[in-house]
Amino acid sequence: MNLPFAIIAAVIVAAATAAMTLRNLVHSSLAVAVAFGGLALAYLYLDAQFVGLTQILVYVGAVAILIVFAVLLTRGGEPPEKCIFSATWFWGLLITVAVFATLAWCVMHSFASRRDPSDKVEVTVKQIGDALMTKFVLPLEVIGLLLTAALIGAVIIAMREEKK
Amino acid sequence: MLGTGIIKGMAETARNFLGSYVSREHLTTVQYPEERSPQIENARQFPFLVFDGDDPIKGLRCVACQICEKECPPKCIYIVKSKDKRVDYKGQSQFYPARFDIDLSVCMSCQICVEVCPFESIKMDTAYELSTTDRFGGLMADKHQLAKSNEHYRHIHPTDAALSDAALAVEVAKAKAVAEAKAKAAITTTVSPQPVAAT
Amino acid sequence: MTDSLDQIFVTLKHWLLSGLDDLLKWLEVAPPGWSMPLVSIVLSLAPILMVFPALFAITTVLERKGLGRIQNRYGPNRVGPFGFLQFAADGIKALIKEDLVPRAADKVVHFIAPVILVITAFTVYAVLPFGRNMVAADLDAGLLFFFAVGAASELAVFMAGWSSRNKYALLGAMRAIAQMVSYEIPLILSSVAVVMITGTLSLTKIVEAQSTHAGLLPDWFVFTPWGFMGFTLFMIAANAELNRSPFDLPEGESEIIAGYFIEYSGFKFALFFLSEYLSMFALSGLGITLFLGGWNAPFAALDFIPSWAWFFAKLLALIFLFIWTRGTLPRLRQDQLMNLAWKFMIPMVLVNLVAAALWHFTGPGWMRWLTSGALVVGAYMLLGKPQFESKDIGKRTYRFAD
Ligand code: SF4
Ligand code: SF4
Repeated sequence: MNLPFAIIAAVIVAAATAAMTLRNLVHSSLAVAVAFGGLALAYLYLDAQFVGLTQILVYVGAVAILIVFAVLLTRGGEPPEKCIFSATWFWGLLITVAVFATLAWCVMHSFASRRDPSDKVEVTVKQIGDALMTKFVLPLEVIGLLLTAALIGAVIIAMREEKK
Repeated sequence: MLGTGIIKGMAETARNFLGSYVSREHLTTVQYPEERSPQIENARQFPFLVFDGDDPIKGLRCVACQICEKECPPKCIYIVKSKDKRVDYKGQSQFYPARFDIDLSVCMSCQICVEVCPFESIKMDTAYELSTTDRFGGLMADKHQLAKSNEHYRHIHPTDAALSDAALAVEVAKAKAVAEAKAKAAITTTVSPQPVAAT
Repeated sequence: MTDSLDQIFVTLKHWLLSGLDDLLKWLEVAPPGWSMPLVSIVLSLAPILMVFPALFAITTVLERKGLGRIQNRYGPNRVGPFGFLQFAADGIKALIKEDLVPRAADKVVHFIAPVILVITAFTVYAVLPFGRNMVAADLDAGLLFFFAVGAASELAVFMAGWSSRNKYALLGAMRAIAQMVSYEIPLILSSVAVVMITGTLSLTKIVEAQSTHAGLLPDWFVFTPWGFMGFTLFMIAANAELNRSPFDLPEGESEIIAGYFIEYSGFKFALFFLSEYLSMFALSGLGITLFLGGWNAPFAALDFIPSWAWFFAKLLALIFLFIWTRGTLPRLRQDQLMNLAWKFMIPMVLVNLVAAALWHFTGPGWMRWLTSGALVVGAYMLLGKPQFESKDIGKRTYRFAD
């Protein structure tokens, strides 16, 4: 743990907390965007240039925009009247803890945790591309298929129904 | 083909762009404070009051009949009728405006006041540089500011002024004829009883 | 001599740095370890922070004069010689105007939005190579950096529009976002063709790949079928990204007054303009880097002119192109805008990728010109036909009032 990482982590956690607790939906989504940006900074700090920049491009540039757009198109930005905690907060907490535990277990047992942090490798974009096209081509294709299916689904939902 | 219209348009604008450096004809703008385009005769801005003779106030044709005040759509004319009478251009004894104000910031240059005036006394001016630094009083013109000579009117609207002068000449002639007839009648009435008295 | 002129700014920076080092040694002050890199960064960034705002000032005057000439009038010609000091008058006016914030506005977001916009607009310059060895941060993923930072500005536009609590601002922001999201795809994909050919995301390497000469023409990508199409699509998409006419719907003065920055006044308003023009220069710079050979001279004989001069000459040419289109084309309608993006630009840009691949794998010779060129032209004819030509609306007739 060092100072820059601590700052970045603090920013991410603060933004995520703000996203959960702020009453105004648009403020929440802006806070989410800040959290995304913080995550990108963390990647950049870890020398993962490509991932960090892609994080900004995709999450700040597209996902955050889609979220605010959806918020605008559905219900405006009025803060909700009632308490912001949902009635099923207990189950939500349980699921969160379960997801966190799974992820933590994965990280602890992955090869990354056993690697010596001192042997730094320079990863170029070309290597990432090669890896995506050879070693990880199956996951890539599966994700592509999934996204295409989602896209077609969205088009079908948005399609105007013909009057019979 | 897609895009040919764009290329045609670009060529046209390029022609204008380059042409403006080559020929003066392309640049149609008038550099305003230094140059002005000549005014067309029927231009009109705001009303003014016509006077005859040398004294702007004494010579005003307006008789304070207040028709224009009533007809003005945005109600920007304010008239106070005089208590006494004075002799007008026709030689008749008439009222005159003790106050005649037009709020130029309200006036919409509709010329209705001119149309309704039976005495050819209010006309449209062509002066348009009326900007002022005084927001409230600056555009409130009183009768001293509004009074302009008939020569001025002849100068800015020659055709209209000729018509107006002709109409006035007829009026004056009529008034004279009436006055003469009256005078004659007065003479006969004053003359005729005399013999009776004599007898 | 030519070399030293070419590298004059690089040499200047090194000279300043070593001079500072000597000075510190002479003063017997031991600077902390991080200070020299910091000074170096400042020395790299300061020119960017000075040159491009200055270019902005000049461009506003030139644009207004150019548009004026296109519309058969003089344009600004009162302040200073030929009106060239107009920008100073405008700047002073913007500075001394009252800064109004609507009472209902979301104050914090309202304040941050223009700041983010300007910061992102400046940040993208970090990876642009302005000349030989003249790049502030030579990132391995420079192109990605450019697009990532550029994408963040969309959020700022949304923030500006939403926080103003004004229906025009909100409409403008929604239009802006819809437009920017749609046109970002062709913008990025048209540059992906270049990345495919050069095999790198580093902008300096992309420029180096275009530094050779093949016969009469230099090896700029714009002189290939896919490169030409890519450049055209890139410029159209860039125009839309910048919200410039004919894609100025988000600002549409005649319908939503100024769009997302309607509730800004004084200097914040000027910041919006600054960021808009800075993005214009940056995107033009990217187009130059990707397709127009960056800072390379068009002919080997002209190599004696310094590289940065070439970059700025090309930049001015592209700025003029932007002004020229702005003076020519009327604004699109929202449905036309979306049709153009999704039914023409995106399919075209995908075909362009295939054309670039064909070019790459056919190998040198006239065959690659034929295959790649035929693909591009064919796709252009085919895609351009249905949406834009089928509707025969007949000759326009006019009816005048009697
Ligand atoms: S021109 Fe029209 S508005 Fe003006 S004073 Fe005359 S009647 Fe009134
Ligand atoms: S200007 Fe004409 S209409 Fe108006 S009060 Fe005088 S005489 Fe009457």
